[in-house]
Amino acid sequence: MTTPLPSRPTAAPARPGRGLQASRTRVALLLLVPMLLVLAAVAGYPLLRTIYLSFTEYNILTDPAPRWIGLGNYWFTTEDGVGLGVLQIPEWWQSVWNTVKFTVGSVLLETVLGLAFALIINSKIRGRGLMRTAILVPWAIPTVVSAQMWNWMYNDSFGIISSWGQSLGFLQAGESFLSNPDTALAALVAVDVWKTTPFMALLLLAGLQTIPDDMYEAADVDGANKWTQFWRLTLPLLTPALLVALIFRTLDALRVFDMPYIVKGNAPETITMSIYARQELILNSQFGFGSAISVLIFLIIMVFTAIYVTSLRVKFD
Amino acid sequence: MNSKNPLVRTVTLVLFWLVVAAVLFYVLFPFYWAIKTSLTSSARLSAEALQWVPSTLSFQNFRDVFTVAPFGRNLLNSVVVATGTVLLSLLLSVLAAYALGKFRFQGKTILMYLILAVSVFPQIAVLSGLYTMIQTFGLYNSWGGLILSYMIFTLPFTVWTLTAFVREIPTELEEAAYVDGASPLQTLFRVLLPVMTPALVTTGLLAFINAWNEFLFALTFTTDATAATVPPAIANFTGASQYESPFGLTMAASVIVTIPLIILVLVFQRNIVSGLTAGAVKG
Repeated sequence: MTTPLPSRPTAAPARPGRGLQASRTRVALLLLVPMLLVLAAVAGYPLLRTIYLSFTEYNILTDPAPRWIGLGNYWFTTEDGVGLGVLQIPEWWQSVWNTVKFTVGSVLLETVLGLAFALIINSKIRGRGLMRTAILVPWAIPTVVSAQMWNWMYNDSFGIISSWGQSLGFLQAGESFLSNPDTALAALVAVDVWKTTPFMALLLLAGLQTIPDDMYEAADVDGANKWTQFWRLTLPLLTPALLVALIFRTLDALRVFDMPYIVKGNAPETITMSIYARQELILNSQFGFGSAISVLIFLIIMVFTAIYVTSLRVKFD
Repeated sequence: MNSKNPLVRTVTLVLFWLVVAAVLFYVLFPFYWAIKTSLTSSARLSAEALQWVPSTLSFQNFRDVFTVAPFGRNLLNSVVVATGTVLLSLLLSVLAAYALGKFRFQGKTILMYLILAVSVFPQIAVLSGLYTMIQTFGLYNSWGGLILSYMIFTLPFTVWTLTAFVREIPTELEEAAYVDGASPLQTLFRVLLPVMTPALVTTGLLAFINAWNEFLFALTFTTDATAATVPPAIANFTGASQYESPFGLTMAASVIVTIPLIILVLVFQRNIVSGLTAGAVKG
């Protein structure tokens, strides 16, 4: 990479001939090779290997090598009628269901709250700079840290939120929103909402700031009140930014691992798809079966991404 | 708020500021609670857990986190891994962004789609493949293994953001260098790179924050303090003993890693907001 490529000062750019074009293409490829090699090593090869492993039976601790079993990890019924494939296992469907509930709940709340935050910051008040800075704090806090902070606030005996819940009568003494299986998932959604609403607000704020002021002035002249202006003017013009933010958050929520893992571990009432995959891969050493789960998650995410790219008609020159 | 009636105006204004105060409380309270807890000594923690203000300030947790736990080593690991990740991704993506932003060639659109696809890879989808690869190369529980695996999320991001930026640089700059007989690499490093500095800082900072916060790979590819970064260390403080809750220690460690990030965010506030939104809207 250190050798400078032969330049051609004689071929003037005013007359871009075929030779110049060919040499430009060669230079471009050379510049791209290092990045492509690294991406192939960390994304391409591991993904192919994961797909291959998903068709094998492979306990990484006891098996000397992966053994090909075709689609057995996805669908396999024993002679006694016991389903052993991922798609037949209730724990997988439980993790899918948890993830869907988590995603819908957190993305909806984050959108509504984020929009409210963005509208507040976008209004011409004193201290809006302070607000913008303050809402960056949860975003800047590492997920692991925010998970532990909330873990502490949710603590059964010493947690401040548990004590609020107990004095307000929502919880029994010594109980927390997290230890109660009925509210555990909602408690996790609350953490995610706290952590990510600021990000949503920033994306929406950027969208709000592209709406020209004179449109509001015109609406004022026409006598439209703030409420009408919001529904007829702000929301329609904000739709593209809203859509981008929604899809971004959806993709993130679908692959969520760290926060629920730290706060609730592998508990069945909150296990997400990624936590379930890691449990089978690393804790149970089932590299074949775990890989099959990973492949399913990958497929789900890719379907959403395809919808994203086509619905927004992402274009590059 | 544009009502003529002064009473209505005052009431609206008061309500508005109440909402603002509520938002600020919601956003900042958990962080205040972590700081407060970190300043309460473990002996008094159970007695004072629910008090809003600690009765005495104790820095014992901050000392213990370095003496009882190998947190200093975790911090070093995090600094090395995150810095290494950022430097390597910036170097690779500057070269790639130049090619993608200024050169025309077949298959460019497909390439951009591919890179975009990688940026939405769920990390779990490559976990087993990466795990066996890292073991084969003897990179398990090492800085190198983490830096390599972090490329999967930093590299697509830096390539995308820098490509968008390179495209905006006027072509005249490049043509002038070309006429002067500069090679493409000379053009890139002598002419374009100085113009790109602000973009490099913003992109590098966001990549650094992502690498600093990464949890799944760090948890899976490290076993002990040799290479374990801050996130798995903080995650594992809990459950050390059933009877003693190490939350004072955990909160001290949390405050230590968060303060520098908050300072960075405050200093580079504008860049971060523009970087986040540009990356999001364009990609």
